[in-house]
Amino acid sequence: MHYVQIIFTLAWRNLWRNHRRTIIMLAAISVGAWAMIFMTSLMRGMVNEMLRDGIRALPGHVQVHHPDYRDDPSVGNLVSLTSAEIDATLAGAGIERFTARIRVPAIISSERESRGVTLIGADPLREKSVAAVGSEIVEGRNLDGPDDGGVVLGRKLAEKLETQVGKRIVLMSQDPDNEVADRGYRVVGLFEANLAAHEEAFVFAGRETVQKMLRIDDRVSEVAVAGDDYRVVDALLAEVRVLMGKDDEVLPWTELDEYLGTMLGVMDGFVLVWVVVIFLALSFGLVNTLVMAVFERVREIGLMLALGMRPSSILGQIIVESVLLLVLGLIIGNLLAFASIIPLKDGIDISIVAEGMEMFGASSILYPEIEKSDVILANIVVLVLGFIASLSPAWQASRYEPVEAITKV
Amino acid sequence: MNITIRLAWRNLWRHSRRTWLTIGAMVFSNALLVFMISLQFGMYELMIDNTLQAFIGHMQIQAPGYKDDAKMRQVVPDAEQLAATLRQELDLETIAARSAAFALLSSEDRSYGVQIFGVDPRYEPGVSTLPGLVKEGRYPQDRDAQEIVIGSVLARNLKVSLGDELTLLGSGRDGSFSAAVAEVTGIFESGVIEMDRSIAEVPLGFFDDVFYMDGAAHAVVIVTPGLAVIEDYRARAEALLPAEEDLVLHDWDALQPGLKQAIQADISSAFFMYGVLVILVAFSVMNTQLMSVLERTHEFGIVMALGLTPGRLGRLVILETSLMGLAGLFLGALVGGLITLWFTYNGFSYPGMDQMAANFNLPSRFYPQATLLTLFLGPAVVFVGSILSALYPALRLHWLRPVEAMRAV
Repeated sequence: MHYVQIIFTLAWRNLWRNHRRTIIMLAAISVGAWAMIFMTSLMRGMVNEMLRDGIRALPGHVQVHHPDYRDDPSVGNLVSLTSAEIDATLAGAGIERFTARIRVPAIISSERESRGVTLIGADPLREKSVAAVGSEIVEGRNLDGPDDGGVVLGRKLAEKLETQVGKRIVLMSQDPDNEVADRGYRVVGLFEANLAAHEEAFVFAGRETVQKMLRIDDRVSEVAVAGDDYRVVDALLAEVRVLMGKDDEVLPWTELDEYLGTMLGVMDGFVLVWVVVIFLALSFGLVNTLVMAVFERVREIGLMLALGMRPSSILGQIIVESVLLLVLGLIIGNLLAFASIIPLKDGIDISIVAEGMEMFGASSILYPEIEKSDVILANIVVLVLGFIASLSPAWQASRYEPVEAITKV
Repeated sequence: MNITIRLAWRNLWRHSRRTWLTIGAMVFSNALLVFMISLQFGMYELMIDNTLQAFIGHMQIQAPGYKDDAKMRQVVPDAEQLAATLRQELDLETIAARSAAFALLSSEDRSYGVQIFGVDPRYEPGVSTLPGLVKEGRYPQDRDAQEIVIGSVLARNLKVSLGDELTLLGSGRDGSFSAAVAEVTGIFESGVIEMDRSIAEVPLGFFDDVFYMDGAAHAVVIVTPGLAVIEDYRARAEALLPAEEDLVLHDWDALQPGLKQAIQADISSAFFMYGVLVILVAFSVMNTQLMSVLERTHEFGIVMALGLTPGRLGRLVILETSLMGLAGLFLGALVGGLITLWFTYNGFSYPGMDQMAANFNLPSRFYPQATLLTLFLGPAVVFVGSILSALYPALRLHWLRPVEAMRAV
């Protein structure tokens, strides 16, 4: 114990013999650590929000479709069970957050304009349970049940159609026999979404009303099930697969929206690359500092060796010196990062590039998110790689020939 | 060789390991910057070109408000005549009138809501890459033919092939009901699923009849010989707009604001990261130069006592840094250039890139190309950063007292 303490004391004091050099290196490590965590939390915040928005639009973490539906999203490809059977099966298995919905392409027309949209026939309460897009009504009211005869539109779509709450629109689609199926609806409410594209794409109507209009009895096109955490869906996926039988296709969100699925992986990859790049840029300075520190003390190290200190102690001393420097820099860097993110908690408004962010599928307010695993990763990478980088100068220091070292000018 | 330069050069190699480590930090950052910037700038250019040439063109003449609302009644009157005038006056063939409408497209089995464009078969191939993507059949040739070209996914979903008939249902310019039958004569495949699923094109004359356009269209699309000359053509085209009509000319930036904003957002986050790299290198240089000044305190004391001014010594330190910086600059540009060159031949890709790339009309494998700008932009900034960071050690010399300095060990 005593021995370890001596090494620590020596390393600590050596560190402050040349305080300017140590401070510059500390500053570099702190800036590096700050940048690692700060940048990661910005990107993480953007991607997480993007994933949440994407999952709200899907919606859910797991979906059930007719095997052909995803390529040909028409009324001809319906889930094999009826909505009553689905409700009974899923609710019976203790699943609370799910919605069985009709989702077909349709044309919506006001007196003035026509648009291509996706018509969703759903039970509003069930939609809310999976936090689907369209559940946040900003004007008028939400549908009051699956038999409601009104529709809810996105605010943007209503603007483009020059319609408003209380006015009538016509929805036109096809029935399974490819006869035109159309029906007039009254607009009862408007919803808002983070992405303009979602506000323009989706039109919500009561499930039973749409089933009647499309002449599909009690059938639906998709079932969306939400779990607790979008990162962990395997158990839910397996459960839904068993419950829904073999006739339908059951897929997780990562496969339903491959762009979103890969984003998660790309983001994890980005964090690692960014942390390693910053470390490498730092490592040159770190090794340099250690090389200098050893060089200045050649005579002293020779003396210690001559007096009987073991080479391993010299090695330990230099490594401890390096690790102390890294830990100190990391602490400052982490604190700086937290301190600079806290004031940004309410979001950074980047709406000047809103349309650009929308192309990425991201919204125009950025909420930085510090994820524990990212912070741990950054700190561990710096410590482990820093330790490895300091091995070479430390090893050299411990290999000096005492007599030569002492006599070196 | 100038004595000061020779002195500086020799000083650098007193500690060759330290110098190499510092140059190493520069080379690492520079190589990374060269590669990343080459990749980015190349991607931006391709992104703009591909997106604009696919469909939007460089400029469009529209009715005021059409850009945001895209309503049927917001038209350019006598659009074909206007396009012809512009072609003649600007001496540019790549100008075409185009109309757009939403309609329900029905085959025997299926109906889908799609966006239907009315295009001038003679000139559309000059303003859009879509006609060139027709994989089956052909693009229409006659302005009045009752023909339709659809995307491959749409063809599959509608279960139609060449020669089959499709029914169009929609509303015309005046809001009245319009319907027609057209023969599928071409199927295009762009590779972008969304486009292949939701777009159809018909000849402009036919469109005019069906949607009661009365000679009007929704836009005159202009493609100039290059992005650089857009402003020039813009001014000339604006002068040719008929004074009695209320028309506006939008350039691509206004038509597709997301594109430039996405690039801006990407550039700012990338430049933040590059900035951090530059700062880390600067710290490394500052550390090295501070060490090299401190260890020469004794020596500097002597030469100052002999009459050398602190300014001269400071310049020596800056010169040393410049030499190091130049070595870093050229080696970095060389290494970065070679890395980029390797990818120029082999292509660059990362897991998940194909998904992201599709959002921006980019191929899934990218071939970056280094230019003088991308080769030297990053390294030049690193060079300047290094010189700035050497100012602190250089200016410290002014506080050096010769007598005290000579006593320093």
